[in-house]
Amino acid sequence: MYAVFKRELFSFLNSLMAYITIGIFLLACALLLWFFPDTSILDYGYAELSSFFNLAPFLFMFLIPAITMRSFAEERREGTYVLLATRPLSDLQIILAKYFACVVLLFFALIPTLVYYYSIYELGYPKGNIDTGAVIGSYLGLFLLGKAFTAIGIFASSITKNQVIAFAVAVFLCFFTYSGFDSISKVFELQYLGTVLVNLGINEHYQSISRGVLDTRDLIYFISFVLLFLGLTKLAIGGRKW
Amino acid sequence: MSIKVKELAKNFGQQKAVGGISFEAKPGRILGFLGPNGAGKSTTMKMLTGYLVPSSGDAEICGKSILTDELAVKRAIGYLPENTPLYLDMYVREFLSFVAQTYQIENLAHRVEEVIKQVGLTPEQHKKIGMLSKGYKQRIGLAQAIIHQPQVLILDEPTSGLDPNQLTDIRALIKNLGQDKTVILSTHIMQEVEAICDDVIIINKGKLVANASLAELKKTHASQSLEEIFKKLTLI
Repeated sequence: MYAVFKRELFSFLNSLMAYITIGIFLLACALLLWFFPDTSILDYGYAELSSFFNLAPFLFMFLIPAITMRSFAEERREGTYVLLATRPLSDLQIILAKYFACVVLLFFALIPTLVYYYSIYELGYPKGNIDTGAVIGSYLGLFLLGKAFTAIGIFASSITKNQVIAFAVAVFLCFFTYSGFDSISKVFELQYLGTVLVNLGINEHYQSISRGVLDTRDLIYFISFVLLFLGLTKLAIGGRKW
Repeated sequence: MSIKVKELAKNFGQQKAVGGISFEAKPGRILGFLGPNGAGKSTTMKMLTGYLVPSSGDAEICGKSILTDELAVKRAIGYLPENTPLYLDMYVREFLSFVAQTYQIENLAHRVEEVIKQVGLTPEQHKKIGMLSKGYKQRIGLAQAIIHQPQVLILDEPTSGLDPNQLTDIRALIKNLGQDKTVILSTHIMQEVEAICDDVIIINKGKLVANASLAELKKTHASQSLEEIFKKLTLI
């Protein structure tokens, strides 16, 4: 399983695609946070990173499907999946190897954004006037959200041979699970169903972790979310109807 | 008895791809697996290698069932898929090391070296797979199938698209491997079967129509040409 993980990660790192998508993600982050006046931290005037953490999920909606779209779709198109499937590996091991390779790449994409924390730390008045606990909580939340999106992306990639379709399906599912449930719940406001729908969405749990409160319910939510989509992937791969 | 197939069948929806075939393959012999296009050769091979799950029936590879002991079976088999799919963006050595790692082979670097020499890849060993010609890709396909020294080799059209010189090389290599392993190979070239196979199986429309040694087959059909026998059995 480690061999497959290593191959996946290296094939990302050897291709321009990964660098370009991560570069565009970081460029968009930087422009939105420091230059465009509507969302700029400098114009906002408070030494905090909340605008970054509100913005990041929407950038992730495009970054993550771009990373995950090739994982199974490409193998299906090229017919190379047989090379993995006939090794002494179970389907689940292959899925997990691909999943963790994408998660590690996502982690690489997040590391450079730590510069923002340092900048705010230096810019604050007095210097260092930033709620570090909230930042750590938010980063954890963002990472969990990224993991959930990655699971969606892997699933979307497993249901089609076409990478563009995989990308489009993943973007839609990410958007829907992130804010779609919230919007639908507004229809059932003040009803029991409304609360249920809000709790099904990622946003509610992401916000909760971002407050710096680590609730086991949120952790369990994210873990089961990932397991659900990886399980669906196993179903899609298992039939080999391609 | 290293391969024992029992009533193996596969349906794709309404369509019957393989309809309950049984045969056996012995170690130290090369089995030619023949049949017209669409007869179910590749599907049968895919089931034996654990890529497809059979609709019914079972097969034993080295005494292990493909239904219950999937991982052990995969470890015992070397498989060259049809059209030789490979990761074109990887380097030859990188790819073979990757394959070796999935089998957790000890002394990996040495084994990769050995296999590269064995299949005659030495002049091309530092290139990217995508840059190589069809013949060399075929050799990589063969290399990845034998790298873990499997007892059973399943080769799906190992010589398609090769030039006459490469054909002789690859055939000699397969013949050599067949001395101590069980080899099943599918092909459309009848001269190839006559040249390297000991036993022959012919299937047509998912059904077994012949299962005998090469000499026996010629005797029962009173014909010297395998081509004629093939036509007689599959053009019904």
